[in-house]
Amino acid sequence: MLLRWECMEEFFDPLALARWQFGLTTLYHFIFVPLTIGMALMAAIMQTAWFRTKDLKYLRLTRLFGKIFLINFAMGVVTGIVQEFQFGMNWSEYSRFVGDVFGAPLAIEGLAAFFLEATFIGLWIFGWDKLPRLAHLLCIWMVFFASAMSAYFILAANAFMQNPVGYTMNAERGRAELTSLWEVLSNPVVLAAFPHTILAAIMFAATVMIAVAAWHLRRNQHLETMRTALKAGLWTNVLAFMGVGLSGDQLSLAMVDAQPMKMAAAEGLYETTSAASFSIFTLGTPDGASELFSIRIPHLLSLLSTHTLDGEVEGINNLQAQYVTQFGPGDYSPIIWITYWAFRWMIGLGAFSALISLLMLWLTRKNAPQRSALVQDRLWRVLIWTAPLPMAASLVGWIFTEMGRQPWIVFGLMKTEAAVSPNVAGWQVAVSLAAFTAIYGILAVVEFKLIVKAAQEGPPEITQGDGEDAEPDSLAIVY
Amino acid sequence: MDIEQIWFALVAFFFIGYFVLDGFDFGVGMALPLLGRDDTDRRVMINTIGPVWDLNETWVIVAGAVLFAAFPEWYASLFSGFYLPLLLILLALILRGVSFEYRHQRKHPEWAARFDLMIIIGSFLPAFLWGVAFANIVRGVPMDADHQVSISLFGLLNPYGLLGGATMVLLCLVHGMIFIALKTEGEIRVRARSMVLRFMVPTIAVAATFLLWTVAMHVEVAHLGWIIALAGLAASSLVAAGLFSLGGREGFAFFAMALSIASAVATLFVSLFPNVMPSTTTPEGTLTIINASSSEYTLGVMLWVALITTPLVIGYQAWTYWVFRRRLGRDHILAATH
Repeated sequence: MLLRWECMEEFFDPLALARWQFGLTTLYHFIFVPLTIGMALMAAIMQTAWFRTKDLKYLRLTRLFGKIFLINFAMGVVTGIVQEFQFGMNWSEYSRFVGDVFGAPLAIEGLAAFFLEATFIGLWIFGWDKLPRLAHLLCIWMVFFASAMSAYFILAANAFMQNPVGYTMNAERGRAELTSLWEVLSNPVVLAAFPHTILAAIMFAATVMIAVAAWHLRRNQHLETMRTALKAGLWTNVLAFMGVGLSGDQLSLAMVDAQPMKMAAAEGLYETTSAASFSIFTLGTPDGASELFSIRIPHLLSLLSTHTLDGEVEGINNLQAQYVTQFGPGDYSPIIWITYWAFRWMIGLGAFSALISLLMLWLTRKNAPQRSALVQDRLWRVLIWTAPLPMAASLVGWIFTEMGRQPWIVFGLMKTEAAVSPNVAGWQVAVSLAAFTAIYGILAVVEFKLIVKAAQEGPPEITQGDGEDAEPDSLAIVY
Repeated sequence: MDIEQIWFALVAFFFIGYFVLDGFDFGVGMALPLLGRDDTDRRVMINTIGPVWDLNETWVIVAGAVLFAAFPEWYASLFSGFYLPLLLILLALILRGVSFEYRHQRKHPEWAARFDLMIIIGSFLPAFLWGVAFANIVRGVPMDADHQVSISLFGLLNPYGLLGGATMVLLCLVHGMIFIALKTEGEIRVRARSMVLRFMVPTIAVAATFLLWTVAMHVEVAHLGWIIALAGLAASSLVAAGLFSLGGREGFAFFAMALSIASAVATLFVSLFPNVMPSTTTPEGTLTIINASSSEYTLGVMLWVALITTPLVIGYQAWTYWVFRRRLGRDHILAATH
């Protein structure tokens, strides 16, 4: 009996379950966040185009992507509450330890950004015929602005976990305390992570827009509006990817500075090396300790880490030895195969998506040679099925960022294992993990079907005069 | 006034804002089966809160974040200690939120009925469990010297906790029905008004019992006068809301009801003060506004943030309510369907 109980205890390990729960709910939340941010921008640009040109095709597109935005945003809100509550529910020791520092950006996010976003979303969705056109247009811009600001504060909070700054240790109370809010908000990690994340979010919204356009163009319908949407989406995706790359480069530098172990783990570089090469692909033993085959680009890792061809990149073994003297005995490296592959998939998926868009821009250029119907059909299908690539890249990017920080929850200050709530039993976390997994799973299916349905219905027919003297209130009935 | 006291008041302010605002959303959700005769009625009801439920719900996120920033120990003890009720609240809020968006997506009666049920449950459970949770915070929970709470879900469902839950449910329900009377026209408005009156007497009875019990638990507290005053304000404004409803003054009834909920929640916070979470087992485990709070620097800089943003928040949210001030009726729904 005792033995069985111990087995159960091990199975219901609160730490492991809480980590799985945080990982799953965060990744799930982050499917909706980028779509909210990116779609708000797309809708804002379309509505601005309509406002300026009075061309109804832009209004139709605004309405269509506004509808997709609406289906998506409720999920973003409700899954976001889970994120905030989870710090206290599952990570109470973490909350006690860093609440003084970490709570500040979260509270600012709520007070300054989240309220703004929630209010103006309501005004935009329900206010079509209730507000003057310019005021209504400003509402969607406000939504984008607020959601981007919201992202900034959350990323600043996360940046503190990667690179703690602006704090002091209070030994008496055993916690970190804020000494400079400015330093926390201007953490070099957040300065690079913010454009990186926002532009990746815009890529995702762009590929969704491309996919919707491709679906209709493949069926030869809504040609005028959808050609516009396609062009806008393709250009946005390519341009945003360039920004993602540049900011990613800055983020690498900040990361090498703050968390050299993460960069070493991204390459699986065990020994400190000058003029380090970067492997695109490696076949090795499962533990990553020895390699059988790899494709390598010389000097690239040094270039990424130091912006010089022959710069020195610290290796996992050297850093491990250094951390043992600094923090005491323990294993200070993350799970190498996860960081190694997550880093590559992040870059690869994002780049592949941008490449497809670039190719399509060339293929759909003016006076492009006529293609056979079959080839054209295939091209549309490629665009439809590659829509999730930027989202997948963002998700593995987060897996890299967070797994690469392990075993720390706050780098150098607190280990993840010390952060979990001691008074929440394993079975309770198992119950919540099961509940979230089940509900999130079902909702994902419903959500996906509804978005696909809305996208396939296409832009609404709008005749001249609608939106100006449409039947009073009819546009305000949304539910 | 110490900065910890100011922050205690601010935390109370954000939770009061949450219960006053999302309170009528919960009430509208719970009233679906009481007032909605058919799908059109239910759509009228849901659309009255359509533009605002999201921003109302945001108040709980901000209240939680403010609690985290100003009183991390309180946040950590409360949220880990009340794990299962908070989980149920989260799940209920998720189902309610998505149901608003999903129910109209298909024109199938069964599809809508399923989401109506989720809106009803998703409105009842959070109201009930928040009531249970706040009553238990006031009552005190078993907490050791490290401020670790150990109480089961059934431990929270003690008589005082259950009464707190029932009070919150009834207050929200009446609040929601007064809101519907204020925001609709035609038959549904009339029905809402008579239903408010029917629920008024039991609500007054339950709320008064709960408030009296709360006062009785704190007879030895130095600031008992404040507790009695706020409890009295809560009870009398509840009665006033009933009288205004009887007289057909829906706007006044709504503000009286909002005042009643606000002062009822304020009663709980003032009863707590200067503790934030009393321990029933270990006196040194009790969390106070001093041992639960953040550093002076954090409280100071965040106070500036709160002082700058909160008036703006109140301003643009009030403007939203102004923009959507018009009453809704069945005609609007039918016009939008065609």
